[in-house]
Amino acid sequence: MAARNGDDPVPGDEVLANDRSAIELAADVRAGRLSALTVLEQHLAAIEMREPEIHAFNTVLADEAREAAMAVDAAVAAGRDPGPLAGVPVALKDNLCTRGIPTTCSSKILDGWKPPYDATVVERLHAAGAVVVGKTNLDEFAMGSSTENSAFGPTRNPLDTSRVPGGSSGGSAAAVAAGFAAVGLGSDTGGSIRQPAALCGVVGVKPTYGRVSRYGLVAFASSLDQIGPFTRTVADAALVTEVIAGHDPADSTSIPQPAPELSGTLDDGVDGLRVGRITDLPTGADPDVLAGVDAAFDALAAAGAEVVDVEVPAFTYGLTAYYLIAPAEASSNLARYDGVRYGLRVPAADTNTMYMQTRAAGFGAEVKRRIMLGTYALSAGYYDAYYGKALKVRRLIAADFARAYERVDVLVSPTSPTVAFPFGAKTENPLAMYLCDTYTIPSNLSGDPAMTVPFGTGTDGLPVGVQVLAPMLGEAVMFRVAKALEDRAP
Amino acid sequence: MSDRISTEDVVHVAKLARLALSDEEIDRTTAQLADMLEHFADIDELALDDVVPMTQPFPLVNVLRDDDVQPGLVRDEVMAAAPDAVDGRFRVPPIIGLEG
Amino acid sequence: MTTMQTGASEASPQRDGYELVVGLEVHVELATATKLFSPSPNRFGDEPNTNIDPVTLGLPGALPVLNRRAVELAMRIGLALNCTVQACAFHRKNYFYPDMPKAYQISQYDVALNVDGHLDLPDGSRVGIERAHLEEDTGKSTHMGGAGGRIHGSESSLIDFNRAGVPLVEIVSRPDLRSSEQARAYVNELRAILTAIGASDAKMEEGSMRVDANVSVHRPDEPLGTRCEIKNLNSVRSVGRAIDYEAQRQIAMLEAGDEVRQETRHWDEGDGRTHTLRTKEDADDYRYFLEPDLVPLEPEAEWIAQVRAALPMLPAARRARLAEATGAPVGGEAVGVVVERGQDDYVLAVGAAGGDLARALVHVKEGYAEQGTAPVVPAADLAALTTMETGRTLTATQAKQVLAELVAGGGGDPGAIAAAKGFEAMDAGALETLVDDAIAANASAWAKYEAGEDKAAGALVGAVMKASRGQADGAAVTALLRTKRT
Repeated sequence: MAARNGDDPVPGDEVLANDRSAIELAADVRAGRLSALTVLEQHLAAIEMREPEIHAFNTVLADEAREAAMAVDAAVAAGRDPGPLAGVPVALKDNLCTRGIPTTCSSKILDGWKPPYDATVVERLHAAGAVVVGKTNLDEFAMGSSTENSAFGPTRNPLDTSRVPGGSSGGSAAAVAAGFAAVGLGSDTGGSIRQPAALCGVVGVKPTYGRVSRYGLVAFASSLDQIGPFTRTVADAALVTEVIAGHDPADSTSIPQPAPELSGTLDDGVDGLRVGRITDLPTGADPDVLAGVDAAFDALAAAGAEVVDVEVPAFTYGLTAYYLIAPAEASSNLARYDGVRYGLRVPAADTNTMYMQTRAAGFGAEVKRRIMLGTYALSAGYYDAYYGKALKVRRLIAADFARAYERVDVLVSPTSPTVAFPFGAKTENPLAMYLCDTYTIPSNLSGDPAMTVPFGTGTDGLPVGVQVLAPMLGEAVMFRVAKALEDRAP
Repeated sequence: MSDRISTEDVVHVAKLARLALSDEEIDRTTAQLADMLEHFADIDELALDDVVPMTQPFPLVNVLRDDDVQPGLVRDEVMAAAPDAVDGRFRVPPIIGLEG
Repeated sequence: MTTMQTGASEASPQRDGYELVVGLEVHVELATATKLFSPSPNRFGDEPNTNIDPVTLGLPGALPVLNRRAVELAMRIGLALNCTVQACAFHRKNYFYPDMPKAYQISQYDVALNVDGHLDLPDGSRVGIERAHLEEDTGKSTHMGGAGGRIHGSESSLIDFNRAGVPLVEIVSRPDLRSSEQARAYVNELRAILTAIGASDAKMEEGSMRVDANVSVHRPDEPLGTRCEIKNLNSVRSVGRAIDYEAQRQIAMLEAGDEVRQETRHWDEGDGRTHTLRTKEDADDYRYFLEPDLVPLEPEAEWIAQVRAALPMLPAARRARLAEATGAPVGGEAVGVVVERGQDDYVLAVGAAGGDLARALVHVKEGYAEQGTAPVVPAADLAALTTMETGRTLTATQAKQVLAELVAGGGGDPGAIAAAKGFEAMDAGALETLVDDAIAANASAWAKYEAGEDKAAGALVGAVMKASRGQADGAAVTALLRTKRT
């Protein structure tokens, strides 16, 4: 681990870069007040110290990051603007394609595979001057809520290493919580950004479906997947969303609009906004979590918002619809892992046997289970009863939200039913783990945006996350409410 | 909607999905999927006859691209990642038992 | 005026009391610059795996984006086949095969771009078109180590993905074909249309047009029989041979009291038979579902109208036009061949230049096999030649020789050429003298001819042609002989 590059200490060094927001870091780097290399080295130092224990990363990119940081500094020295995320260390979930750098999806079937291209979001981060410090651990192929399904070992929650960081983007959440990176990127199909963000005490955002290009995101469930940021502050999340969102012609489902403007209206407050409290949410959440959400409503009311009770039956049926739709799409998306063109191949005497043994050896138990469930839900004779029916439920769910948003501007709810739980607590029965996503899944089905904001801690000192949900394309009002909560967090 | 799934179903589905499962895995998967499907029966109580299926969250149509060549991938780079390749082509064992 | 009969062609052979029922599925590679869902080149014959990209290879994270020109060409096909063009969507057809990079093919399932059309054949019959939809092509596998490049007995297979993702239109006919001749005519006419509208070069030998046949037999008063799908038909001739073989095979089975099993069969051109490829039970469950990475396709009315308006004159209309102008039969060989070669505009131009259209048709058919659509002889020159013929200043034989010189010279003055060759029409008296001389010199031939053997005239006509060094008009000689006989 090299020492700093010999720069004289500059103002701002006294506070470690790891504790500062991305906005502040980028501003100082762009202005030449702070070198990107210094910022990076402080993050690498944190990684060196705690990564062996946390295991947030599948791959740490120290050398590549140093090169990138030096390039940022050179640009600044030459009078060029490296971009709005200049020098900001970013951790990328290991299901985002990075050219020439292993992208494993935490699966044996892609162990060592290096994509020959970058995901669009990765290109946009580079163009904004960000410095990628590593690829983070996840539940295999993004299927899970604890990162215990990784083929390369779990990630530990930095706040309590006997507990999970959540999933599937556990590595990115942990990286930000532990100060390994100022920004993480994850993917959210049923809550895989929001739930780990809540469990790790950081901000996590799932934008409107179609806001952020999926080109280069290894697909899990195509009509549900969205990429989004993990950050320590709401303002940082707004900035990152502005950088990565916006139309991409390489993604046919990409909304044909530029990135939304979010930073400017963050502090507009919530006076006069109608905030929905969902009265028919499925029960079973931790009392700590419920207490946190109650406190959030109090805070918003005190800030001038009007709290309105609404019923949203979507939360009752969302789990079922999701666990028929997502595995169905996944069973098709994961069929390409067959040992022919890339990734693991188990040699065999004929191609069919090669397929069967490669996939048996390459996929973990949860992935296999979902592929089987999804294949069944699509199979001849069962399509109407399962997948077909779930698509209709999806329509009702979207209608439930649309109806609610006629009466309120945003909804607020728990993000996760629990705070971070111990390893092994939910691995006995797959269904127990699926319940973690009860509050996050419905907005994946509808496509509406949702985000989580840390709001105090529970009795164990573990963070509680509060979820803000908004209508399609409603990121601006969602971020406003999130900021108001952050400002008033206990 | 059937609340249960049989081991024959699981064996059939594993074949469709090209997953070689052990007997133990077949039994375990059958039990787990049966349990899940029983839980998922909650949507049976919904009135769905007149509901139009939803596949797309954001209503787009006609996303088209111009017919212009763009640079693609370099063959050598791609072949280097291939599990088995010869003369610029991917090699696989005999293609027996598959519909083409 | 030809009658339009749905289904049965004029000759609807019933073999041993059975009726043959055939439907054809034709896959056509579209003439686009790039692939259906990605911007790699759509080119035949390049080095393996050089036209590839993340989408073509099914790399993790790749996403499809639909090619506008492929949609346009697909609409052209649909409109040329009298289909309705409608709003539609794409589905995934899931199955495993090494040349399928995603282990699913993006195709169209229940709602196709083009539906409910028809194709009228030169013989006047009409074949229904059920649908013509868009889908992506697979890569190509080459099997190594087995006999004849087949999978059976192979040691390995090599996969080239250049073709993967190439845009295809699958044209599905209704089972309206009733004979192998009609099926061949359908394929030929379809090919002519596809090339005329520029949608595809439709070369079966290069694989840019592939034909599968669904064949069944039944007694006319009984329900339809079980059908078999026949694959590996690599030429129009194979289409005909395979259908005939398969029909015989099925009839033989039924006559022997056996049932025809529903299956897919492979045509072997070498041994002239079809062989089982897979049975219905082996067939995969494709688990079709709407492609979530694409959005629906709803061609605007203006776009459809534009494509329709830009369609060129189709072969059937060209044949009708040429037949009307020349007086030749619309289903005849001359009209068919000249339109197929794209030389009908030229024939009409000769007429417009004052020439005789019937003679022009004959000359172009016989003298212009190599010429292509822009024959080198100016229409006015050929018009002048035909005028000399109809004015009887040149015999048919002489005209042919003048034409040969016109073609060789890229045009010219037919009158000057005829004069240079010493061609003059023979006067009637000189001709009669030659005929009398021939009769005198070929007494036995004349005797036979007088007795009624028309064929014996040949020797006499030949003698006159020889004596006149080809200048006599054969038709006139024959006419003279006839008058002298009575």
